[in-house]
Amino acid sequence: MASAPVRSPVLQVFDRFGRAAVGAVEQLGRGAGLVVESIYWLIFGPSRRQPVRPRAVFAQMMEIGIKAVPIVGVMAATIGVMLAIQGIYTLRIFGAESRVTLGIALSITREFAPLITGILVAGRSGSALAARIGTMKTNQELDALSVMGINPVRFLVVPPLIACLIMVPALTVFSDIVGLAAAGLYVGLELGMSMAAYGNELVAVLNARDVLHGIGKSVIFAVLIAVIGVLNGAAVTGGAEGVGRYTTRAVVQSIAAIVITDMLFVFVVTR
Amino acid sequence: MHTDATNTDDAAPANETVISVRELVTHYGPRPILKSVELDVRDGEILVIMGGSGSGKSTLLRHMLGLEAPTSGTIRILETDITAGDARALAELRRRIGVAFQSGALFSSMTVVENIVLPLVEHTDLDPVTMKIMARLKLEVVGLAGFEELRPSELSGGMIKRAAFARAIIMDPKILFCDEPSAGLDPAVASAIDDLILDLRAAMGMTVVVVTHELESAFKIADRIAVLDNGQILFVGTVEEVRGHPSERIQNLLNRRPEDDTIDPDAYLDRLTREYGPHPDERRR
Repeated sequence: MASAPVRSPVLQVFDRFGRAAVGAVEQLGRGAGLVVESIYWLIFGPSRRQPVRPRAVFAQMMEIGIKAVPIVGVMAATIGVMLAIQGIYTLRIFGAESRVTLGIALSITREFAPLITGILVAGRSGSALAARIGTMKTNQELDALSVMGINPVRFLVVPPLIACLIMVPALTVFSDIVGLAAAGLYVGLELGMSMAAYGNELVAVLNARDVLHGIGKSVIFAVLIAVIGVLNGAAVTGGAEGVGRYTTRAVVQSIAAIVITDMLFVFVVTR
Repeated sequence: MHTDATNTDDAAPANETVISVRELVTHYGPRPILKSVELDVRDGEILVIMGGSGSGKSTLLRHMLGLEAPTSGTIRILETDITAGDARALAELRRRIGVAFQSGALFSSMTVVENIVLPLVEHTDLDPVTMKIMARLKLEVVGLAGFEELRPSELSGGMIKRAAFARAIIMDPKILFCDEPSAGLDPAVASAIDDLILDLRAAMGMTVVVVTHELESAFKIADRIAVLDNGQILFVGTVEEVRGHPSERIQNLLNRRPEDDTIDPDAYLDRLTREYGPHPDERRR
């Protein structure tokens, strides 16, 4: 028997809210399960004659990390310059332009580098992962893997997960460097500061904790991107149209998850 | 001695049972899909599971491949109970079976030869050259020699099915499962695929389980046919027995006549207006 339809509009709102909440909790549980299963295959795969292939991991690192270098570089440089412009404009009100380095250094390493990297990787690779797995599902390729005795999580999920875990923090460090350098160039031109002086100031104001704060966040973003991409890909129903729908969903969900997690992380760590 | 009412046919003598399905019941939500299915597949035979859409044949195949768990009942394949929930035993069994999916299910990111050697790469320690030679051998068998380096997107429908067969037999399986092997192909190509299945059985002596709704194909390749309708096995027997069976339902299936539905006007009205509250007569009461 199907459940009786809810008729009252008020009840319908509650009904929808309840279903959405249950769905979200279910999704969380599936995500956690996926991470645990991935760790299992990473550790016990070899003893079950199903090791995770380093070649597959390298291929994914190339796709997720190396090929993203140009766009991450351009975005990091743009944000560095933008922060420098805004910083100098704001500090000029107090006549304190010379302190702009502090603002730039902390904003980039703690916030902008991990955030922009996370969003770009979510857009490039989270969507690609969802589309790939979704297409494989509609084409029965996931079933084919299973009946060949190849575990789909070990074969399809672990390589991009590891690649994300290595490349997202690496890209974050890269965007730290590019963002700070680009900001330095603008500050040098605008305030007549030499790059050496800017560099010295950076060393003085930045400490390892700030950089690690950003990298720590990027590790969490990496897991979110991979897991949300895979879950949406695996949830695809309804052929090519479904693949498009769930790919979009993967990008929207991972960007939302990245921003919300960022806020929670900052709240927990800085208070 | 087998319990089902079949004659022993020439192509496959009454051998041991390699697949035995017992009291298999499946529900999707509240809807029953399979209702106590019983089926035996004998060593070396080609058994065709035939039925219309919605008969439950695809579900039965998915159960036999261990892709879905039934509500109740058991399936034993090559002495392994795949419904017992033993993942290792299932993984071991899967190295001894091959599956050719309806869509071919070739990995689009790999070339034909990479697709075919994948089970070898994953399950054996053979060196790459040996694997490639084995793949070429299987491609010769299915008539696809020379297409090694193409991607699935560059192949025609019939070629994709052939490549899928090559991948399915690369580990020399004991049992080959084929899901709708001739669906979506033009008659000549479909007939060539049927010949391929017969050739494969003759050359490798494997047991073949074919799920199809194509009568012509079923009659051509089957040693025995299991007729599945509405989640139940109606009959299992040789091609002649199925053709000559007196049951009206079986003959309707064979002649593609839909079952006559007697429509109860009240039930029909109720079905159309269910979500808009009770029947007008009931409201008045």
